[in-house]
Amino acid sequence: MEINDYIQIFLFLFLLIALTPVLGSFMAKVLNGERNILSPIFGKPESFIYKVIGVDVNQSMNWRKYAVSLLVFNLAGFLFLLLVLVTQKWLPLNPQHMGNMNWHTALNTSVSFVTNTNWQSYAGETGLSYFSQMTGLTVQNFLSAATGIAVLIALIRGIIGKTTDKLGNFWVDITRSTLYILLPLSIVLAVLLAGQGVIQNFDNYTEVTTLQGDTQIIPQGPAASQIATKQLGTNGGGFFNTNSAHPFENPTPFSNFLQVLSILLIPAALTYTYGKMVKSQKQGWAVFSAMFVLFAIGLFVSLYSEFHQSELWHNISYMEGKETRFGITNSVLWSTTTTVASNGSVNAMHDSLTPLSGMIAMINMMLGEVIYGGAGAGLYGIVIFIILTVFIAGLMVGRTPEYLGKKIEAFEVRMALIAILSPSVVILLFSAIACTIPSGLSSLNNGGPHGLSEILYAFTSAAGNNGSAFGGLNASTVFYNLMIALGMLIGRFGVIIPVLAIAGSLAQKKITPISQGTFKTDNALFVGLLISVIIIVGGLTFFPALSLGPIVDHILMQNGILF
Amino acid sequence: MTILLGIIYPLFITGIAQVAFPSKANGSLVDINGTLRGSELIGQKTDTAIYFSTRPSATDYNTLASGGSNLGLTSQKLYDLIQTRKTDFIAKNYLSDDTNIPSDILFASASGLDPHISPEAARIQINRIARARGFSEEQKQQLTVLVNRLTEMPQLGLFGCRRINVFMLNLELDKLK
Repeated sequence: MEINDYIQIFLFLFLLIALTPVLGSFMAKVLNGERNILSPIFGKPESFIYKVIGVDVNQSMNWRKYAVSLLVFNLAGFLFLLLVLVTQKWLPLNPQHMGNMNWHTALNTSVSFVTNTNWQSYAGETGLSYFSQMTGLTVQNFLSAATGIAVLIALIRGIIGKTTDKLGNFWVDITRSTLYILLPLSIVLAVLLAGQGVIQNFDNYTEVTTLQGDTQIIPQGPAASQIATKQLGTNGGGFFNTNSAHPFENPTPFSNFLQVLSILLIPAALTYTYGKMVKSQKQGWAVFSAMFVLFAIGLFVSLYSEFHQSELWHNISYMEGKETRFGITNSVLWSTTTTVASNGSVNAMHDSLTPLSGMIAMINMMLGEVIYGGAGAGLYGIVIFIILTVFIAGLMVGRTPEYLGKKIEAFEVRMALIAILSPSVVILLFSAIACTIPSGLSSLNNGGPHGLSEILYAFTSAAGNNGSAFGGLNASTVFYNLMIALGMLIGRFGVIIPVLAIAGSLAQKKITPISQGTFKTDNALFVGLLISVIIIVGGLTFFPALSLGPIVDHILMQNGILF
Repeated sequence: MTILLGIIYPLFITGIAQVAFPSKANGSLVDINGTLRGSELIGQKTDTAIYFSTRPSATDYNTLASGGSNLGLTSQKLYDLIQTRKTDFIAKNYLSDDTNIPSDILFASASGLDPHISPEAARIQINRIARARGFSEEQKQQLTVLVNRLTEMPQLGLFGCRRINVFMLNLELDKLK
């Protein structure tokens, strides 16, 4: 690594910390419905939307109503997207005359975008019309992220509520998240990206004659607007097949830096919003610190592994599947960032990473996408782990566990376990199924333990709603499209529903005043405990599978054994 | 919502981009004497001896199937590919067998459309190009100057790697007299 590599990494980490309070306090204002600097612009459209859908801003919902509204909203989004994809041939803005998508890929893609996973079973430049990209994918990029933020806000209201069953209004939360947070940030980012060379037009694909006389087709389309929301909403589904490695999707090192920073921007800032809303900034920073430590460990292990020579690949830097303009450092910074954040966009091919940095990518997802995690989703995910941590700490000292004045009882712990186990079941069980049947194995691109990694990665990505892939696996088959779609649904709603149930239950409780015996959840000891719980739960669950995949792969590479 | 996010928003961005950065928004296309010869950002397949070569591409610079090889580092196929490419590159460029070949010119890129190579990978091709084009010693000097001139430093002095755009380099190469 050169000095420049270190500077880029530290600048990234510095900006991540510095922007957290700025955006975090703004989001707290927005989500509390207070006046903010954007109110003069978006105030009118906001009221207009409420009028059209007939929502009373002051009507607060209990957790069941909130959950039902969320499910109905997501179902409607799913059906609309599915319909657009399977009929795009007859819809406008299709200059390349793309055909209708087949049912299983369309089903997979619709689930994928509604669950904020954005797993790419499609190839944008050869399979999607501009209309599908815009009204289908771009819209869900916004709305699935807003859904995540809404669930988080409902959970926070549950934590701070006093003997009530009201968690706020889903329609209001989703409208505000979209209008005041996601849309303005996307506009700024899209324009910046277009300035770097990301395309934004509605032209036909352009035919050019290359210097040596071949014909080359240059794809076109409204890419910048979609890519901005893809990053900010921790979505990750690319405009092009090869995602942010494509020169039109991510043309310069600076566009790369903007994108990789915008992946973590909202999830990180939400920890500050959280602190603000629970009225203890220290609680927010405690969560931020736990995430930061886990992120930094993964990043440095990955960097070490990518820059470490092996006997087999003597005197070589691992440039397979990486772009020259980014080099190794920016590719690894991205692979770590995109996997902690449940984003899933890629600027290098994860399949060709070193076995250990591929493993870090997997572990980041296996830990439940709580290291910053998806917009909203990461934070409500880590609150689940916090509940587990105070429960375990409570068992150790023999006191009823409490978090922020709320007693944690059997119901909350049961729900927390469902939320933690649902994605784990998907990862292990579905991978096991894929490993034992021919339609699972026939899609492999690599042999040996790396082949197992491809399967494991796919279901980990689905369950964590990440969306990145070991791209060698041909997932565009009926088997994988359906299994992964199911995995994404369980990984999303198998967590959201228990989280809302916890929110509902917490809201009804009294707030116990802080006393001498209260277990503190805002100090270094707690951060350490939380990190341990996350690592132990993730580690114990997945260590056997990882041993057979990336760990063996690493050992074999060190010993020069190939498949 | 769909109208706002799916139609108004993309159109709004298109409007701004088309006014502020018309060339970039339309794909940074390069027009030479009325013919479109490519995009500044999209790598082209160059396998003739008279042009600087781009990186190996898993998709052979097919823009309608962007992608990488997705081969892992314990893949026999990848290992063999690299050995073959190395031997070919050495032979093609009249290099000695123990030359240290820059990794980027041996390994395939992520997009299969990488427009850049490292400056080292460009320099190592100068001899071959000079020979193929029948350049004099003086012209060869100019070629070296050209490579140095077109080498892009990290953006804003900070971001990314030193690199050289092969398409732009080859365009300038054609102008050398």
